[in-house]
Amino acid sequence: MAGLFIDIVVSDAVQSDAALAKKLEDVCPVNIFRASDVGVAIDESNLDECVLCDLCTEAAPGGGVRIVKLYEA
Amino acid sequence: MRFYEYESKELFRRHGLPLGRGRVATSGAEAHEIAAEIGGPVVLKSQVLSGGRMKAGAVQFAETPDECPALFDAIMPIEVSGQTARSVLVEEKSPVAQEYFVSVTWDGRRKLPVLLFSDMGGIDIEEVAEKHPDHVSKTHFSTLLPLSPRIAKEAIAATGVGGSTLNRLTPIVFELMQIFLSYDLTLAEINPLARLEDGRFIVLDGHVDLEAEARGQHEALLAELGIGADETRQAREPTEFEIAGRKVNQVDHRGVAGNVVEFDGNLGLVIGAGGGSLTLFDAVRNHGGKPANYCEIGGNPSVGKVCELTKLILAKPGVSKIAVMMNVVSNTRVDIVARGVVKGCIESGKDPSEVISIFRIPGAWEEEGFKILERYGVEYCDRSVSMYEAAGRAVAKLGA
Ligand code: SF4
Repeated sequence: MAGLFIDIVVSDAVQSDAALAKKLEDVCPVNIFRASDVGVAIDESNLDECVLCDLCTEAAPGGGVRIVKLYEA
Repeated sequence: MRFYEYESKELFRRHGLPLGRGRVATSGAEAHEIAAEIGGPVVLKSQVLSGGRMKAGAVQFAETPDECPALFDAIMPIEVSGQTARSVLVEEKSPVAQEYFVSVTWDGRRKLPVLLFSDMGGIDIEEVAEKHPDHVSKTHFSTLLPLSPRIAKEAIAATGVGGSTLNRLTPIVFELMQIFLSYDLTLAEINPLARLEDGRFIVLDGHVDLEAEARGQHEALLAELGIGADETRQAREPTEFEIAGRKVNQVDHRGVAGNVVEFDGNLGLVIGAGGGSLTLFDAVRNHGGKPANYCEIGGNPSVGKVCELTKLILAKPGVSKIAVMMNVVSNTRVDIVARGVVKGCIESGKDPSEVISIFRIPGAWEEEGFKILERYGVEYCDRSVSMYEAAGRAVAKLGA
């Protein structure tokens, strides 16, 4: 189920980066990212738990990961 | 969690406090047997978890063992504050010269234990404090500094007690203070503590309350006293709603969104925490509102937890609106709670702007939280609106 408040956009450039996927899995405090066979996977049921800590965006510099606040749209 | 008198006395006995001979009886024949062992006049006391036994006729005296079975049968069915007896404590009747009151409890305002002592025991201590304030002493003591008998001695002496009575009372009072601290009690009380005609002291009645959260630390003691893990010792059994609230809180470790207590009103409350929730609950009632529940949120619960709590409250028959209110928060995030309640409304198939009568949680991440509330058309206010006023607005909306 997609988030009601938060969406996360992973750019095509980093989507299949296995090392980044592992890093995202490690840094996210609410387990939104999973390192899967195809690279970065997102647990959609957890999206609304995002605490906006920016650890993921810092782990993927250059806009590889973007947090979208759906309530601002 | 309250102990029965016989359990409290067993705890006292283990710490060497002076007690009269006796034990609990679960049948008239057993009461007869105990009285025969004692070999003199006895008192039979209903074992209930509330006061007012004497007034209800649930305490009786017998001169001979033969009187005991009939008295046992008379006491057992008597209701004391809605409770019937679990058993009857049969104890020797002691010739009393004077009665004293000793109690150790927790002073929430000072955040310290407080020892209350009076040389006018056996009667309502509040009445004594009002009519004879010089006969009551109130002494706070530290939970960090070493406990000294001097504290007990000074508390007793402050009521005018001196000489050998002071010397005999001091170790008893000091031991009660130690029991209070050792077992995480919220109350350890002896009333009355009697001085007998021969000068000895004896605990005539007493009871203790254990902090419910500390149950796990004292499992061994509870097992030894025969208190089962399933015994809640609450005034009533938890309702299905309350059990469901407990489950919501156990979903994950983050924060608290539970401690739900069911009431029969129509205004659902998502409130927190500690003193704030009590203040808000009272404020709602003060404005003529009828809360459907009490609850506590705090410690930054997850969105999922707040969402489930909201759904639970909204599913309660008769609840058409909820009020989401807290004091100024620092470790709980406004935006996380806002997400939780809005999501709870939507997942319940309800419009947050219709169902949330007021959202009054100022503090950490409020700008972000208010954006969410604006997006969903929910009425909110910041700290410039008092908790009392916010409660009034919530109640007014129900009437509208
Ligand atoms: S901002 Fe923080 S909580 Fe949100 S997805 Fe990124 S790492 Fe996880």
